[in-house]
Amino acid sequence: MEILNVISIYIVPFMIFIIIAHGIIRRVDVFSSFQKGAKNGLETVVQILPALLAIFVGISMFRASGTLDIIANFMSPILNFLHLPAEVLPLALMRPISGSASVAIVSDLINTHGADSIIGRISSVMMGSTETTFYTLAVYFSSIGVHDSRWTVKAALLADLTGILASTWIVNFFSA
Amino acid sequence: MMNYIWAGLILISIVVGTLTGRIDAITNAAIQGAGTAVTTAITLLGIMSLWSGLMNIVQQSGLIKFFATLLQPLTKLIFPKIPQKSPAMNAIVMNMSANLLGMSNAATPLGLLAMNELAKISNRRLGVASDDMAMFVVINTASIQLIPATIIAIRQAAGSANPYQVIIPIWICSLSALIVGVCAAKFFQNMGRNLWKS
Repeated sequence: MEILNVISIYIVPFMIFIIIAHGIIRRVDVFSSFQKGAKNGLETVVQILPALLAIFVGISMFRASGTLDIIANFMSPILNFLHLPAEVLPLALMRPISGSASVAIVSDLINTHGADSIIGRISSVMMGSTETTFYTLAVYFSSIGVHDSRWTVKAALLADLTGILASTWIVNFFSA
Repeated sequence: MMNYIWAGLILISIVVGTLTGRIDAITNAAIQGAGTAVTTAITLLGIMSLWSGLMNIVQQSGLIKFFATLLQPLTKLIFPKIPQKSPAMNAIVMNMSANLLGMSNAATPLGLLAMNELAKISNRRLGVASDDMAMFVVINTASIQLIPATIIAIRQAAGSANPYQVIIPIWICSLSALIVGVCAAKFFQNMGRNLWKS
């Protein structure tokens, strides 16, 4: 486990080093190239802010109303069987549908329970290892006029389910 | 879809909150939620721009092509029927590399290009996905990201002792999801073929 921690600390600076060094070798104006990209990043965040705001309001109200506790109580036998904490259920349900909603839910979970708590880590891994499946499906297939995607949804949701369950198991395994 | 989910969240919250006597907590939560959305966006601004900037360098320096060559053995295995040097294969490999590097700005156009090329070489009925198209979309919905920048940013903002700690669990987890997705796709492909024969 110790070696994995070391790798995870070095991977980011290592990547940045490779990217900048390779850019310089290839005579890219890395300074202005970086700024152009950074501008894109700024725009992306500004673009998702309205959606983030809408979802944050909805999720906060939902949590404060106690509805989540009622649903979690109701579903606890299944959740226990899958070793899935009830708190991460909204994230698991929302992840394939909306990217900005998942960002909102995961930030809410991390702010409430702490980034390094079990729930904080499970939701981090779940968020990082799955994709906005339905969005990707819609964009890719509609671009070439496909309306019958055959078994794509089934296979993609199986992959999502794997990611969701594995995130819980892997975090539990790493903290054991 | 989000239309009904969002409306449902708010309407149900107010009804349940009224029944459980937590209506004042709900009002506070709505106002607080709006505030937290803005602080979250501000913390995301920094690190998202950092990675977008770095990824723009990757795109201009051609480092993405290096990742593409690394991926070739894998794509050969997943798409055995597509010729290695074809425009379709090239677009697929570049899309997968962009996803790996977390360059979502580049990954989507490359992915759409790949879908377009796949449409040209398949002899499917119009409006129906070919095996390779479906497989390609499944891979895109289960893609692995080397540096999951968004989640690291959120963790950092929340004061994590080690925001990067989740990278390796995320790799393992998304790799398992990808393997299951690809195997499921292969399984459904073969099932379809056997049905045709009988």
